[in-house]
Amino acid sequence: MNMSAVEIDRIASEYNKKMESFHKIINICTGTGCVSSGALNVYKGLKDAIDSEGLAGKILVKKTGCHGLCERGPIVVFGNDEILYQTVGKKSLEDDIKLLIATVKENRIAEKLLYKGDDKTKRYVSTHDIPFYAGQTRLVLALNGIIDPEIIEDYIAHGGYKALAKAFSMDRDEIIGWIDKSGLRGKGGGGFPTGVKWRSCKAAEGSPRYVLANGDEGDPGAFMDRSLMEGNPHAILEGMIIGAYTIGSNQGYIYVRDEYPLAVERLLKAIKQAREFGFLGNNIFGSGFDFDIGIFRGGGAFVCGESTALMTSIEGKAGEPRAKYVHTVEKGLWEKPTNLNNVETWASVPEIINKGWEWFSSIGTERSKGTKVFSLVGKVNNTGLVEVPMGITLREIIFGLGNGIRGGKKFKAVQTGGPSGGCISEEYLDMPVDFDSLTKLGSMMGSGGMIVMDERSCMVDVAHYFLKFLVEESCGKCTPCREGVRRMYEIVDRICNGSGVEGDIEHLEELGKAIGLGSLCALGQSAPNPVLSTLKFFKEEYRMHIDEKKCPAGVCKSLIKLHIMPEKCTGCMRCASECPVGCISGEKKQVHTIDQSKCIKCGNCYDVCRFDAVAIE
Amino acid sequence: MEVDTGRLNEIVQKYNGDRSYILAIFQDIQRTYRFLPKEAIKFICEQLDIPFSKGYEVATFYKALSLKPRGKHTIHVCLGTACHLRGGPNISETFERELQVKTGDTTVDGNFTLETVNCLGACALAPLVRIDEKDFGKTTPGGVKNIINEFRNGE
Repeated sequence: MNMSAVEIDRIASEYNKKMESFHKIINICTGTGCVSSGALNVYKGLKDAIDSEGLAGKILVKKTGCHGLCERGPIVVFGNDEILYQTVGKKSLEDDIKLLIATVKENRIAEKLLYKGDDKTKRYVSTHDIPFYAGQTRLVLALNGIIDPEIIEDYIAHGGYKALAKAFSMDRDEIIGWIDKSGLRGKGGGGFPTGVKWRSCKAAEGSPRYVLANGDEGDPGAFMDRSLMEGNPHAILEGMIIGAYTIGSNQGYIYVRDEYPLAVERLLKAIKQAREFGFLGNNIFGSGFDFDIGIFRGGGAFVCGESTALMTSIEGKAGEPRAKYVHTVEKGLWEKPTNLNNVETWASVPEIINKGWEWFSSIGTERSKGTKVFSLVGKVNNTGLVEVPMGITLREIIFGLGNGIRGGKKFKAVQTGGPSGGCISEEYLDMPVDFDSLTKLGSMMGSGGMIVMDERSCMVDVAHYFLKFLVEESCGKCTPCREGVRRMYEIVDRICNGSGVEGDIEHLEELGKAIGLGSLCALGQSAPNPVLSTLKFFKEEYRMHIDEKKCPAGVCKSLIKLHIMPEKCTGCMRCASECPVGCISGEKKQVHTIDQSKCIKCGNCYDVCRFDAVAIE
Repeated sequence: MEVDTGRLNEIVQKYNGDRSYILAIFQDIQRTYRFLPKEAIKFICEQLDIPFSKGYEVATFYKALSLKPRGKHTIHVCLGTACHLRGGPNISETFERELQVKTGDTTVDGNFTLETVNCLGACALAPLVRIDEKDFGKTTPGGVKNIINEFRNGE
């Protein structure tokens, strides 16, 4: 197909006309979260019901990408965010389908399926009213949950590929100037100015050149990139094509994590469609410019999210990083100039071209522009994906959008930046979230994982968790990371086991410093952060583990003992039936007891007891 | 073990014999055999004209590849940060107890391989378990038995 700006407009208006022929459009979230909550059954159930009601030509049921409010899935949205239904089909699929049909036919709103406020009385109808959404600024995720990611016309009808047409009418240096002035910085964690990277790559000598998208989202507790690849793959492709045209590259690759099969499927479909429509392939827009994109699937190695390791992996070798004294923009993939950006960064590009750099740079803070997508998870009420302007405070995110801590517990810390980041304590909740202020606190923005912890989370255990992760994921190439992180792990492990000794804390600090200075790649350089930041804010908790052999949060199994308080136990038998090793005994309505010799200290009884009768010492 | 060289050749051809796709080739082979037989690595290295040591390095570097035969179903217990905080370790321990198998190993009847994974990206549903292609969200130690039975009975 010979594509042009006029042709894009024609496709958009044709598709829009088709959509206008429907009385109603119903969007069902089919992101990974909602699918595992049963969204596909809802989709099928609703489609069948609409068919049997004879409404097939009037009502369109659409599968969309992630809406973000994964906690309340499956999510069903009517029309243009007019009505949001949550946990549809969770209790009874049949009943809920009937409620949906009633909304379709009689405009009757199903109170039962609406989002409820804290006091359980206030109900929210429209998506825009729900605090979780009202506090967001959705640029990158704007079309997630609105378009069907498997239909390219839907993307085009929502303004897609317009930026590409515009870019082809612009001078290449002008595009770089726009990206530069917009203030866009790498959203995969590094925060490197995108315009600077593009300019260096364009200026680098050698050919061919490559553009790469990093979709190897490896930080545990982060799923922004997955939702984007699954929910709006064309935005990533459009950004990459603009980048390739600007830099002068004819081949791009997207490196996707092995654990994301649906993302691979959707991207492959999007690439195929983009080729059919002439956005990829030869002579794009009749300009003589050729470009194509291939997909590389990762192999479950965390280190491959690091830029040089990712390139080594694409070359068909074990994904070990290289020293970076020669920049990848000069010698990257196969020793050729290579421009690597995170998928979220690529997806930010089309809107900058569409709306102008001034618009983008008006959002955010002095040095961090635009928005950032975070995955807000852990002990927070509303877990899910949020996109917020840079500069918003942690408190606004956690207590505003996230609606506070689960079960009325007390906030303790928030972990950002994955295994390279750190834990931030309560006194810094009013810090603005941007690239620089988080780094100042010993954490980092990272790819955007934001894990909330409450009083039942042990900071030493969290450090232990990340060290174990890093020991397993260290590629082993350089000694400080391979050996040093293991030594740190051994020390923290013995602290958790109650064998910590005087001097362990100082030892950890010293090792952390050395590993940070001596490691080859960013993974090793930032590996000590989880320990150093928890030491900075929660040293007292370490001391309790070492000096008193106690875990105040009641997590470290060697240091705790569970018992039932006779004065509180009602003999409801719940803990006994939930105990995985059957070590709780007691008759009905009689006080229960835990057999300490058999107890595995999983804490399950503590969590399930409705009367707070289980105590952790 | 004897490998089907015809099938292996098909896979190599799918990637035009391009050695940079060795990881993808290995993953396809693993989908065929549920693991990566050493004989297959040897054969592929010959086809791609690279030393066996290089192929073996790739095969052992990536966690997604297994040189040990796997069970009929693979259980992935997610131990991402969110799952860790919401009780993931208890879930994996419960699987170990119920199936009498250590993480990384396969049950004696060859039915299940138990593995942990560092994040499946469905953190809102923590703790998460994925068996083959199916996800189970907000799992509890008490619910593990039912999950196992679903796959035992579904044979």
